[in-house]
Amino acid sequence: MNQLVNVGGADQSSAPPAPPTGSTGAARARRGALRRSEARAGFGLIAPTVVIVLVVVVLPIIWSISLSFQHVRLLNLRTAGIFGEYSFDNFVGVFTAPGFVGTLAATLAYSVLGTGFSILFGLIAALALRKRFRGRGIVRSLMLLPYVAPVVAVTFVWSTLLNPQYGFVNYWGKHLFGWKNPVAFLSQQTSEISIFGIHIAVPIALLTVIAFEAWRQFPFAFLFITARLQAAPASLEEAARVDGATISQRFRYIVWPQLLPTIAVLAVLRFIWTFTKFDDIYLLTGGAAGTQVISVRIYDFLIGNGDIGLASAQAVVLAIVLAALVGIYMRFFARREETS
Amino acid sequence: MMTTVTANRRRSGRWTREMNEIRFFTAARWVVVGVLVISTAFPFYYMGFLSVQGAGAVLNDPGALWVTWSQLNLDAYKSVVLPVTSGGEGFLSFIGNSLLLALGTVVLTLLVSIPGSYAVSRLRFFGRRQVSVLFLAVYLFPSILLAVPLFVFFTKVGLNGSLVAVLIVYISQSVAVSIYMLRNYFDTIPVSLEEAAALDGCGRLQTLWRISLPLARPAILANGLFVFMFAWNEFLFALLFLVQDRSRWTVSLGLSELTGNSVDVPTTVLMAAAVITTIPIIILFFASERLLADGLTTGAEKG
Repeated sequence: MNQLVNVGGADQSSAPPAPPTGSTGAARARRGALRRSEARAGFGLIAPTVVIVLVVVVLPIIWSISLSFQHVRLLNLRTAGIFGEYSFDNFVGVFTAPGFVGTLAATLAYSVLGTGFSILFGLIAALALRKRFRGRGIVRSLMLLPYVAPVVAVTFVWSTLLNPQYGFVNYWGKHLFGWKNPVAFLSQQTSEISIFGIHIAVPIALLTVIAFEAWRQFPFAFLFITARLQAAPASLEEAARVDGATISQRFRYIVWPQLLPTIAVLAVLRFIWTFTKFDDIYLLTGGAAGTQVISVRIYDFLIGNGDIGLASAQAVVLAIVLAALVGIYMRFFARREETS
Repeated sequence: MMTTVTANRRRSGRWTREMNEIRFFTAARWVVVGVLVISTAFPFYYMGFLSVQGAGAVLNDPGALWVTWSQLNLDAYKSVVLPVTSGGEGFLSFIGNSLLLALGTVVLTLLVSIPGSYAVSRLRFFGRRQVSVLFLAVYLFPSILLAVPLFVFFTKVGLNGSLVAVLIVYISQSVAVSIYMLRNYFDTIPVSLEEAAALDGCGRLQTLWRISLPLARPAILANGLFVFMFAWNEFLFALLFLVQDRSRWTVSLGLSELTGNSVDVPTTVLMAAAVITTIPIIILFFASERLLADGLTTGAEKG
């Protein structure tokens, strides 16, 4: 865990010890030569990676920003260059295209709830598996399966289980719980549910993909929180127990404060990845029934419409919204850290 | 201290808050463990269960949960693996493509990231700090944002539809995490071992080859497995670049294309395909769980 927190600033510890200070000019010259050869070797060894990252990641990002200001379609791609006509048309297009607000709302709901539930379930799992018991190792490994298994395979099993015609869930829903009509979990946008006479429209498909996200990603939170729990000193809790603190009190006042920084980092990571997630929703619903998140929309603009400029502009908008949200969160959290 | 504890206990009687909580949480813990095991394992069980049934079994009895010996039917696997010319789905060639891509990604990624991570961990050079920050940024950067420009670029240079394009993208996606994981490990190897080798007359590369690499073997193995799993599971870029030509499909792409486009492929056959897609990952995962659990937290899979 700590490794992830101090990423970026972790090099100070690893520098080789400085050679002892010599006094003669010859020694100094030799040291300079050594230093230069070390730098040269360092450049040489890191160069292939830097080249790959620059060419396949950094340049495409810059190019994408440039594309977002141009009228480029898949059809006229061959004639399009780097210096085309620049305009804001694509951005106007992004905001005025039908369904933009719905997409933004779905993306927000999906990423906030998906992140929240995956961390909540991960926390519950980590606490339940904290004490040793027979077979705990097996249970732990099982728990990681949703996270490591190929996304295409698990989405397919889920959609088979939830199928309204021959799905296992609908079959038992009908026979055990007396559902009158099968629920089309992945293709029905909303369903009216009346509780105490109040009719509420429930976004069925969106909730289903959020549930899938929580199921698939909770192992990630589970791993992180388990690692943090293992590092927590047992003496604190032992002392609290001796002083008569109950289980819930020990969690509230001893364990939870220690977990908070971990959960904060987890929330940022998971939010970034869920906000931009494509595979899961594309495979489960294809973006239908009110589940078109921004990343699926980018794909639809690119492949469905063949409009490269519009897709790029949508990607730029996604990046800006994400950066703004993470920025706000960071500031909010940093302030809370200072006051507490 | 013992006396105060026992005194507390005696005073507290049977139905104090503490006793209630102990009763509640002991029961709740087992309920939670049970629910977790069922909810994580059940979809995988169901996958295997459907794959060993005859076609049409799902439609006849959607609520079934186990299969008897006489019903056991491996036809689904046969028709998944057989080539298209013999009436199958040609999954064997998808497996070949996936293996080629995954192994290629592992070998090439390690080839560039081992020297790279060694340099970041051990050698002082201008820009070392910046390089680390760059890799972290790349690691956090969402891959959907790269999809558009890379798609356009590879279409322009005529590499769209080739495995080479996908291989290049996979390497760029895994190299940052790989450097990050390996650097953390190199940092834990004492520098004194390398200094001793240098005193004995080893050059820098020789030291890396003879001393540092053998010491870092567990980390390299874990990293290789991690990259393999990433490349085997990857879907977005395979979809973007390889979907046009069936002979280039990977297992993941093949499964999604068959489920999405064809009504005529029975669910049991598709389940067999899903099992074939998942089994290598599960085997690798259980074989290397110790190594990977640490790796997953330090170099978490993007996604």
